Amino acid sequence: MIRNTTTPFWRSKRIISILIQVVFASIVAAMFAYFIKNTIDGMEEIGIKLGFGFLTQPAGFMIGEKIIDYSPADSYARAILVGLTNTLKVAIVGIILTTIVGVVVGVARLSSNWLVNKLAGLYVDIIRNTPLLVQIFIWYFAVFLNFPKIQESISWGGIVYFSNRGAAIPWIETTEALWTWCIFLFVGIIASIYLWRIKTKKQIETGKEQKPTLWAMGAMLFSAAIALIVTQKPPFYLSIPVIDGSMFVGGYRVTPEFAAILIALVVYTSTYIAEIVRGGILAIHKGQTEAAKALGFKDFDILRLIIFPQAIRIIIPPITSQYLNLIKNSSLAVAIGYPDLFNVGNTILNQTGRAIEVITIILLIYLSFSLITSIIMNIFNRYYKLVER
Amino acid sequence: MKTNDNKHNKHEETSPPKESINIMEWLRQNLFSSYMNTALTIATTILLYLILKEVFYWVFITADWSVVAVNFKILMAGQYPDKELWRVWLAVCFLSLTLGVSWGTWRGVAAHIAIAFIVIYAVTALMPFVSVESKIWLFVNISLILISSVLARKLKFIKKLALPCWILVFPVTIFLLAGFGILPTVPTSLWSGFLLTILLAVVAIVVSFPISVLLAIGRNSNLPLIRYFCIFYIEFIRGIPLITVLFITQLMLPIFLGGKIEIDSVVRAMIGLTMFNAAYLAENIRGGLQSIPRGQYEAASALGLSATITMIFIIMPQALRVVIPAMVGQSISIFKDTSLVVIVGLIDLLGMGRVIISNPEFLGKNMEVFTFIALVFLIFCNMMAYASRKLEEAMGLGKRY
Repeated sequence: MIRNTTTPFWRSKRIISILIQVVFASIVAAMFAYFIKNTIDGMEEIGIKLGFGFLTQPAGFMIGEKIIDYSPADSYARAILVGLTNTLKVAIVGIILTTIVGVVVGVARLSSNWLVNKLAGLYVDIIRNTPLLVQIFIWYFAVFLNFPKIQESISWGGIVYFSNRGAAIPWIETTEALWTWCIFLFVGIIASIYLWRIKTKKQIETGKEQKPTLWAMGAMLFSAAIALIVTQKPPFYLSIPVIDGSMFVGGYRVTPEFAAILIALVVYTSTYIAEIVRGGILAIHKGQTEAAKALGFKDFDILRLIIFPQAIRIIIPPITSQYLNLIKNSSLAVAIGYPDLFNVGNTILNQTGRAIEVITIILLIYLSFSLITSIIMNIFNRYYKLVER
Repeated sequence: MKTNDNKHNKHEETSPPKESINIMEWLRQNLFSSYMNTALTIATTILLYLILKEVFYWVFITADWSVVAVNFKILMAGQYPDKELWRVWLAVCFLSLTLGVSWGTWRGVAAHIAIAFIVIYAVTALMPFVSVESKIWLFVNISLILISSVLARKLKFIKKLALPCWILVFPVTIFLLAGFGILPTVPTSLWSGFLLTILLAVVAIVVSFPISVLLAIGRNSNLPLIRYFCIFYIEFIRGIPLITVLFITQLMLPIFLGGKIEIDSVVRAMIGLTMFNAAYLAENIRGGLQSIPRGQYEAASALGLSATITMIFIIMPQALRVVIPAMVGQSISIFKDTSLVVIVGLIDLLGMGRVIISNPEFLGKNMEVFTFIALVFLIFCNMMAYASRKLEEAMGLGKRY
């Protein structure tokens, strides 16, 4: 019997897969065509033309908090830039603080001290299981706006003040001697690293205690002393806020909006980072700790030299996605009026009615954050990848 | 330790001696094992004392909980018409019935959840500010759980009803609440308070599930067009904040649909949350798909099963089983995220809280209202997290061997 080896085209795998894709593509295309047609029709009805020309027009609204110069006469594009810098400000400060808090809580979760361990667990459970927005509202409406007026503000030892118009914290003010100091300190750092290396090497070779850390610190102090003698001035001084009438003078003034969104983001994200750090450390085999102990390492050195370098490889990828989450979550600032990217975009949208253009800009900026983060993560991963034999 | 080692050498088979620790011993080991530890314990105790003192003082003396008591009904059921409230209760009753049946049928986790619900009902019923009518309904609910669990344990045919009941909960609830003209229609614009929060979360979770399964399969597909579409969708949604997704569905969807199809804002928010949740859930499921060894596919095709059949009956059941904990985690996350609809102007539990504190009558009661809201979320999220942990244990997942 001769078998017909050619399959009919309706049963050929190749043809079917092409057919499926064509059908799929045409459905998606039809949907988008429908959306676009409706959009264009709608635009024509109200007489707006799509386009980004409006960005050069004067914005005409105030932004309460800004890093770069901005006035209502500036363009919409400038306003978006102000929003972007505000987002970056809360994101960068937030990422630094949340990492510190997260690592501390994560290590506390693993503490052999029962009380510390349980307390850290309770903190993580409570914070993780309440919505971020509720926490933001609590910090803003129930904490920061409930502080007394500036004149009666709560003070911590006359250094930090809390009032319903924001907080004031000590801040460093640089003097003109800063650059001279930097040069001296730079030399000092190099010298101390050099000394530390030599002394450590000697210690290993001779087996005698050489106190490398002490030498390095001595070198730093020495260079600082010379810098002080040369410049006769400290590089910066602490500016401590004082109340003058109905405002703070000196120090750094934090608005209630910024404080609320920052603290809420830091507290919320830190619980996720704590769990990641904990998981990362737990993932390192117990034998590593035991071997290090057998070799006579101190507890802290075990964590620093044995556990952490291995755990960091596991910790970094999920922690980067938490950083990205923090950046994305900072868009919730719109709910309490901190002028971040999303909030400024929302104001422009309401003022100009250009929903499509404004949302597109916001989306592109957030997407580029994601892209940049994942690129950085990949580079880091390559750098920290296990070097196999 | 030392005696242990000695014994170990002689009789290798004997199990380690039972450690009997008295309280002093336990304290010494867990709190005061070294100078560092002792210092840490003392510092933590002082800190804890200071915090707890403040918290207790606030909760029992400073705080004025009447604001929650007075507004309890609108926080929970929102503006749902009083006359139709029985429908909400009936939906809750159906849920209780289902819970009871599952308790009787599956025991384990289902029992714990059912008991948790009984506790929640009982505590609510004991609150002095809850109306008599609600107390009766709560009592009915408690008895429903108990009776149906006993019945399910005794009668075999009821056990078969557990799964169908769960499948029916969602459509029955939606039917009861909306009415669809058979019962008097209640427009979704009147759905608010905790009722809305629950509905948004349930719709987002239930509807996004099939979508996410398709997206996950699509992303693994070898048809490039479909694969790239799925990758684009998932990465796009995951790259932007939820609030922008909600803005897209609130502001841009009406433009896209061109006024020919009117969708009200609650449904638009549901669409946004569903779109968002589907992308994240799809990634979870993809993780499960990747954990299935190739041998499963090969064995299925050796048995002559088609790709579709293999996917539905061989691969998916295993993949989904692996990712149940991750999916519950995502569900908790979307449940919390429903609170974002406040920003687009819907009045969910949090939105109702904001409405209440903007009422001059309740000036300065912000902390009380928000604490109550946080507590509600805390209870429900913890319950879901607990269920997920137990499921994980029951299925032997997440264990390292």
